Amino acid sequence: MSVDNAPARRYRPPAPLGGRRRASCGGLLRRNTRAFAFLAPALIILGLFVVWPMISALRLSFTDASGFGREEWVGLENYATVFTDPDILNAVGNTLLYTVLFTPTAVIAALGLALLLNSPHMPFRSFFRTALFIPFVVSFAVAAFAWSYLIDPQVGLLNYWLGGLGIQMGNVLEDPTLAMPAVAFVAVWKLFGFYFVIFLAGLQDIPSSLYEAARVDGARAWSRLRHITLPLLSNTMAFVLIFAMIAALQAFDQIYVMTGGGPYGNTQTVVMEIYESGFRKLDIGFASALSYVLLIATLVLSLVQFLFFGRREKDLSS
Amino acid sequence: MSAATVSRKRPRTVRPGTVLAVIALVVVSAVVLLPIAIIVFTAFKPTAEVNAFPPSLLPDEWTLDNLKQITSELPFLRLIGNSFAFAGGVTAFALVFDSLAAYALARMDFTGRRVLLIAIIATLMIPFQATLIPLYQLVSDLGWVNTYAALIAPRAADAFGIFFLRQFFLALPRDIDAAARIDGASEFRIFRSVVLPNAMPALLTLGLFTFVNNWNDLLWPLVFTTDSEMGTITSGLTLLTGPGGIIPHGVMMAGSLIAILPLVVAFLLIQRRFIENIATTGLK
Repeated sequence: MSVDNAPARRYRPPAPLGGRRRASCGGLLRRNTRAFAFLAPALIILGLFVVWPMISALRLSFTDASGFGREEWVGLENYATVFTDPDILNAVGNTLLYTVLFTPTAVIAALGLALLLNSPHMPFRSFFRTALFIPFVVSFAVAAFAWSYLIDPQVGLLNYWLGGLGIQMGNVLEDPTLAMPAVAFVAVWKLFGFYFVIFLAGLQDIPSSLYEAARVDGARAWSRLRHITLPLLSNTMAFVLIFAMIAALQAFDQIYVMTGGGPYGNTQTVVMEIYESGFRKLDIGFASALSYVLLIATLVLSLVQFLFFGRREKDLSS
Repeated sequence: MSAATVSRKRPRTVRPGTVLAVIALVVVSAVVLLPIAIIVFTAFKPTAEVNAFPPSLLPDEWTLDNLKQITSELPFLRLIGNSFAFAGGVTAFALVFDSLAAYALARMDFTGRRVLLIAIIATLMIPFQATLIPLYQLVSDLGWVNTYAALIAPRAADAFGIFFLRQFFLALPRDIDAAARIDGASEFRIFRSVVLPNAMPALLTLGLFTFVNNWNDLLWPLVFTTDSEMGTITSGLTLLTGPGGIIPHGVMMAGSLIAILPLVVAFLLIQRRFIENIATTGLK
């Protein structure tokens, strides 16, 4: 099932029968036509709805487009606003804070639980695996309703229970310092199960013979973790980290529901600014410039990921 | 199967580490499942209990009032129907178009294959939020705002699905289609009756993944539908919480329960295969 059992053959076409296939130019043309018939529907959709809007957004980002009337070319003015407007800088700062709160928490929780649940001796293993993955199928919006109710200052069950333990949380979503950790926590809850499953898969790729050898050498659990598991998991780790960071850069749903960007703009994120400037204020040129900044940030992260991923594929096939 | 016999002998020597791990897992699972529990139980609580202090998890008295009320607050059946049409439509189209393209990329030989593959992977990196505005303009120029076409067509194929299925198709042994080829079967025939049946686990995983993500998406229906009759259950519920839309927690939880029920049930039915397939196919 894994990619590594056909390393040398993977980029080669099916073996020609009797060798007559690669002969003529007509054959090549026929093969290309046939392949593009398979590809056409997907390419049309991607071209029209992904590539074209991307090019279009780039053009709009240099204009003062507002949805009405003529749009004027304004050069880099929108980009200058992105990097100077205090509201946008606030949203960028918030998005980075959210990323810093969300990413390590989600990744460490996922890794720790995957390590615990990778052992075949763990009782109730499949129950725990299922339970931990369930939040992933719950929408951010519903997660936001449920958590908002749980931490409601008047009738919230979690607030009440924690109060019993002597922890007073107060009105978390109205609290300028606690609101961001709260919305980031909801994202951890929703997404860590997905990273957990990817870590489990990575752990299963580590040959058990390595652990047996280490056990024979008398290596303790901690040193097995440090010297075998973590180094061999580094590619999976890189993949999950970057995946999580990209998800964090796009934070919108649960914040829109829980705080609407408040209190005092303290949970306003970049995507919320894109939504508001593009669809509420109809400042389309500016929203496009902000979109492009997000796009480039994501591309840079994805390229890093792709380099790791590419290296991993090479490792597998060599 | 020596591993199985070893594991059967193991529990006799329960180590303290295992006990601690199980306790930790029980605590974490309880926290993880608490929001699900609060949704289920609050949905059946009478309003007086929902707003009572001290709050409790379980209802003393079970009621269907919340479920009745949510259907009068929203065109509820319509929204559920829209969610099924949107998520189901996207999933159906994307599975067909993605698998066709993935088949060509994985198992056919044509000019420019590598370049095309790289281009598709590049579009994988574009967050949809970044192209939302021109996409909206395009959809609106086509006259599609507030239609299923607007919700479905832009997602009828996606780079992630193509890449995911390509990885799976590559890993299928080459010789499975040899017999069909000798019989002179067409490429499409081989795709449909040899490769696709062997790719069911991957299709199931990608299908559930696509369905869940679209069912749950908030920004997409918020942007492409302005008519509340055309929203999805996910976007419809948020209308109730916005400014001036404060409705009782019990009713919100009843709505949430209905919104998550189809996905949780679908997931529980195929969960083992789903988790394993994410683990074993190209996703990592």
